[in-house]
Amino acid sequence: MVPKIMKQGTLTPWFYLAAALIIMLVFIVYPTINTFVLSLKDKTGTRSAAVDCLPGQSCWGAFDNYRYALTDPEMLQALRNNALWILLTVPGTVGAGLMFAVLTDRVRYERLAKTIVFLPMAISFVGAGVIWKFVYYLESGGGAQIGVLNALITRLGGQPVAWLTNRSWIVNNTSLWVVWIWLWAGFCMTILSAALKAVPTEILEAARVDGANEWQVFWRIMFPIILPTVTVAATTMTINVLKVFDIVFVMTNGLNGTEVIANRMFKFIVTNQGRSMAIAVLLIVLTIPIMIINVRRFREQEMIR
Amino acid sequence: MNAERIKRILGQIPLHVVVIAMVVVWLLPTLGVFVSSFRSRQAVRKSGWWTVLSKPLTPGQKEYAAACASCHGKDGKDVVTADLSNPEVAAEYMKTNRLLPLLRQEVNGQPHVQDPEWQALIQDKSRTKEALDKLAPISQYLGTLSGAGQAVEYNLTVSNWLDALVGYKGTETYQEDCATGTSKSGKFKCDASDLLNREGMARAFLNSLLVTIPATILPILFAAFAAYAFAWLDFRGRTWMFALLVGLQIVPLQMTLVPIAQLYSKLGLGGSFIGIWLFHTGFGLPYAIYLLRNFLGGLPRDLFESIYLDGANHWTAFWKLAMPLSVPAIASLGIFQFLWVWNDLLVAIILLPNNPVLTYQITNLIDPKGGNWHLLTAAAFLSMIVPMLVFLAFQRYFIRGMLAGAVKG
Repeated sequence: MVPKIMKQGTLTPWFYLAAALIIMLVFIVYPTINTFVLSLKDKTGTRSAAVDCLPGQSCWGAFDNYRYALTDPEMLQALRNNALWILLTVPGTVGAGLMFAVLTDRVRYERLAKTIVFLPMAISFVGAGVIWKFVYYLESGGGAQIGVLNALITRLGGQPVAWLTNRSWIVNNTSLWVVWIWLWAGFCMTILSAALKAVPTEILEAARVDGANEWQVFWRIMFPIILPTVTVAATTMTINVLKVFDIVFVMTNGLNGTEVIANRMFKFIVTNQGRSMAIAVLLIVLTIPIMIINVRRFREQEMIR
Repeated sequence: MNAERIKRILGQIPLHVVVIAMVVVWLLPTLGVFVSSFRSRQAVRKSGWWTVLSKPLTPGQKEYAAACASCHGKDGKDVVTADLSNPEVAAEYMKTNRLLPLLRQEVNGQPHVQDPEWQALIQDKSRTKEALDKLAPISQYLGTLSGAGQAVEYNLTVSNWLDALVGYKGTETYQEDCATGTSKSGKFKCDASDLLNREGMARAFLNSLLVTIPATILPILFAAFAAYAFAWLDFRGRTWMFALLVGLQIVPLQMTLVPIAQLYSKLGLGGSFIGIWLFHTGFGLPYAIYLLRNFLGGLPRDLFESIYLDGANHWTAFWKLAMPLSVPAIASLGIFQFLWVWNDLLVAIILLPNNPVLTYQITNLIDPKGGNWHLLTAAAFLSMIVPMLVFLAFQRYFIRGMLAGAVKG
């Protein structure tokens, strides 16, 4: 692979690599190991986590922070929510992205439509939080509804809804998922659109000549061809969703049944370091399967090269 | 135009409806914030942003005209004993809970309100809340009519943007309070120096730039060196190290924050700009190396061989050949890293708490009761301008970088 004609000293590669490797060692590898060590310590990070165990209550010894991370009701809520986030927003973003990619491909104002759908990618989660809090805003006094959604509902004769502070946690979470889909559908649309455009038109034309309708052309021909890209979009989305933090932090701060893992971790970062770090370890353990999928896919790509 | 063509155009309508509907849904939330950022505090609270184009009817005017104008007159002066245009009279009834008992009383042996529907509502004690809600616009209009209440300013204004820039959270605007000399004493000098106020978005904007620019350049520089080695040099462990890099791309940054913050406080780097630059560099590197190595590795081998035969060493090949050719890849990477750092909240809160960046400053402005939408919308837009411009200007490179395998975060 490497051109042998280019001579090099044994040390030359390391000269080029040194800065990057040192920085990554200090900022990624060392802290990851240290996080694991700290997860076995108490809230100040100085003594073993076992010291906080109370007699007569269940205790996992040095792993007591993990007892919290895996059994506390708040954490169970966060784990449930993260699972739902993945189950609903990953198909949501990929599905919406795919739909937009297919539909905009057929109109003349494709570029403009795509830019608008893609634009939220440039907006921070915090900015998106403000934008959508305004959409969901509920005026509970006597005044007019100034949030678009509740104004629309009252105009149609309905009762305004508390979208983010509802008694039903499903409503609150759904409101957050909508924001996520709004933010990321453009990402999925763009990579799926590129894949769709790479599908050879001859195949599609041949199918159409043979009498296939557009629906069949899509599901029987296009979709199988772009399936690898759909997988890439889905794995990327899964990683991002797993780490969801900013949106929840800004919009609900995990209240009313919307807690997620990363927000729990942030809440404890000052008050109870051991717990915070145990939650962080939980987060990386959850990403490992995707990491393996990515490395495997990379290997396959390298074979083809 | 033949029938076939008409049929085709009609068949296209559902497609256009769906595409346009989706574009509108995607645009509307942002548009709402943009429009609201130019409306006065009261206007934002009183009416939806979408009413901005309709001629603003003074709130309550319609309700007043329907219920009261037949006796009190359009200008409120017709009943001499109860002149509603007199501020002293009107001020009494600007609160609905004062107005309701008055309306329940009879006037000269007659019900105060003639309209039977209104009368029924007012007298029904079980529907008090409903009655109060219905009276609210009228009460408000009494204030406007007499001048006792605060008139709602419906003209568009940039005062929200100014307030956000200097971080002014008074009940009046910064400009007004400065003109009357009632701005919070000491903190605001009402000159350009207010732009450096720590709670303002102008200062945060500067902080964001100070964080983002070096945190974009540094990782690309280091990554370019490493990527060159991975692409064109031979060394032990090259393959597995690169595979490891692919894995490192998705390490959640939450994993590393606390140990790094501790390390920084030991080294005296806590809360420093250098600290946050290095952190973002560390986190940007795996993806940056991955992307650049794939790009450099894809360049024709002949190019490198011929420059080497011409007597160039690796250093020259790197600067004279590899770098100029990788400009497109570097551009994609630069935009990615720029947007990523600019939009980050978590790292900034923890590593740079004393110099709030834009995202952090916005979270400081959020009022849970929703009382400062005018300020918040302007602030949100201030934070979005730069990334949106960068994004629109370099969209092509951004997409290219994304397609090269974006697994970042």
